[in-house]
Amino acid sequence: MLPLKIALRFMRSSRAQTILVVIGISIGVSVQVFVGTLIGSLQQSLIERTIGNSPHVTVTSSLDDPVIMDSDTILAVVEDVDGLTARSVSADSPAFINEDGRTSSVLVRGWDLEAADQIYGILDNVRAGSAPSDDEVLVGIGLAEEQGIGPGDSVNLSVANGTRYAFTVAGVFDLGVSSIDDGWVITTLGSAQRMFSLGEGVTSVEFKVQDVFAADAVALEMSTLLESYPVQVDNWKDQNEQLLSGLQGQTISSLMIQVFVLAAVVIAIASVLAIKVVQKSKQIGILKAMGLTDGASSRVFLYEGLLLGLVGSVFGVVLGVSLLISFVTFATNPDGSPLIDLYLDYPFVIGSGVIAVLAAALAAVIPARKSSKLSPIEVIRNA
Amino acid sequence: MPEVVELRKVGKVYVNGPVSTPVLFDVDLSFDEGSFNSIIGASGSGKSTLLNIMGTLDRPTSGEVYVTGRRTDVMRKDEIASLRNRTIGFIFQFHYLLPEFTARENVLMPHWIGGEREVQAASAKADELLDVVGLAKVKDNLSSRMSGGQQQRTAIARALMNDPKVVLADEPTGNLDSDNTESLYKMFRNINERFGTTFVVITHDRRIAEKTDRIVGIKDGRISMDVRV
Repeated sequence: MLPLKIALRFMRSSRAQTILVVIGISIGVSVQVFVGTLIGSLQQSLIERTIGNSPHVTVTSSLDDPVIMDSDTILAVVEDVDGLTARSVSADSPAFINEDGRTSSVLVRGWDLEAADQIYGILDNVRAGSAPSDDEVLVGIGLAEEQGIGPGDSVNLSVANGTRYAFTVAGVFDLGVSSIDDGWVITTLGSAQRMFSLGEGVTSVEFKVQDVFAADAVALEMSTLLESYPVQVDNWKDQNEQLLSGLQGQTISSLMIQVFVLAAVVIAIASVLAIKVVQKSKQIGILKAMGLTDGASSRVFLYEGLLLGLVGSVFGVVLGVSLLISFVTFATNPDGSPLIDLYLDYPFVIGSGVIAVLAAALAAVIPARKSSKLSPIEVIRNA
Repeated sequence: MPEVVELRKVGKVYVNGPVSTPVLFDVDLSFDEGSFNSIIGASGSGKSTLLNIMGTLDRPTSGEVYVTGRRTDVMRKDEIASLRNRTIGFIFQFHYLLPEFTARENVLMPHWIGGEREVQAASAKADELLDVVGLAKVKDNLSSRMSGGQQQRTAIARALMNDPKVVLADEPTGNLDSDNTESLYKMFRNINERFGTTFVVITHDRRIAEKTDRIVGIKDGRISMDVRV
């Protein structure tokens, strides 16, 4: 443990230098934690907003006729696919809503509400009224405003062949996605099947999966299982390629920032320790004259790098997390809610610290080798 | 009497790029256990190089070096380091204390390097040595906060810490005034008689040399004189 003891004394004797290096490492690590967490959180909230309230995998008919008659069989076939967290069937068809001469084109969606709620979270977002029963509808808030309708009002929906059906508005929902809030009319599965003469048929079977980024793999497994059925399996990743490439770009830029910060930290430590080996060459020389081995003399600087990295990382993580907390506290929307919902990714935060420690140890390798190669006679002869 | 250090036909040539400078020529020299010796010679005569080769800090270009009967010029570096730690004590013109440590810690350093475990015995030994060199009162001061004489005396205590068979001193009083020089040699003598430690002291001060049991003169890399008193 002598090398550790010597390393500690060396650090203590040049306190200002030690503190400066620790500050440097801390800033580096805190930038990593801050930028990484911020970008990660942005991505997560973007994904949440994009697919949080929608199915991740959708099974539809691959024929011209969009109706799937054997949805129960399909659900049974994919029953054992890993990672499914919710499943629901839907009977959808376009229709027109016409009130006071204003006509809007809408998508009528017939759901088993309890099952569909697992995917869409619609029941939590009913702003007025309640969930619909048979012959009742839930309309989007945008649509309700446009048509001037609300709970208790009756609406007429006409299908493509001109037949009109009368429904009562049970409630108004607000999912926060304008294309849905302006265009969806939700009713029960039975009502939709009657309205569009589907019998027992549905138009899609929808699923939510545990790991959203594995949706394509789940979809692939399903298509294999459903090979003999006239259906196709889609997943959100294929439908959002632009979003995904945007996210990937962010991930790469975040990674680049982190790599360069790390490189700066490594160079800083390496250069400080290189100077230190020269500064302490007299001490190293005499220690070797007294019998300190080359290995032990190199460990002095390895320990020093490791200790600087360790202390710097701990402070850096604390500083980074404090920055994040103050960011959430002070960077707010006008209503006081934070600009970004932060998702503190503990493995990432701890990983950043651990990587910095390893990098610091790595940075110490060259000075350590220099110390190992130092010959006592050089030091004593050049006194 | 057994020999603590023996040089057989030792030669040393310093090579610096195209220039090679021969410093020692076929030197045969040995020192008996428990003896008190001095080496004198003009600067550049090769006496320091001789001492460094005897102390295994430097390797000879030719010839053989034996320390306590073991041949060192063919040993691995770690073996030599361990041998040096256990059998040789160095005192240089400059004290070379570690300024980051206290006087006492500096004295204990050879013991720590040796990885010995008898903490209490070592501690008592360090205190005793500091007492012998008259530094009992300042032993917990950082070595950088001591006077030149105190620093050199600390370095002497350090050289004796691991009970070395031989102490090699290269102009140990070069930076000290005559009073300090006088008391230092008394101390060396005292230690030599008390612990039976062999001393080889380089000096350019004839008066000092004349107080030792044997004077070896070096001139132009060869032994020019060898007088036993």
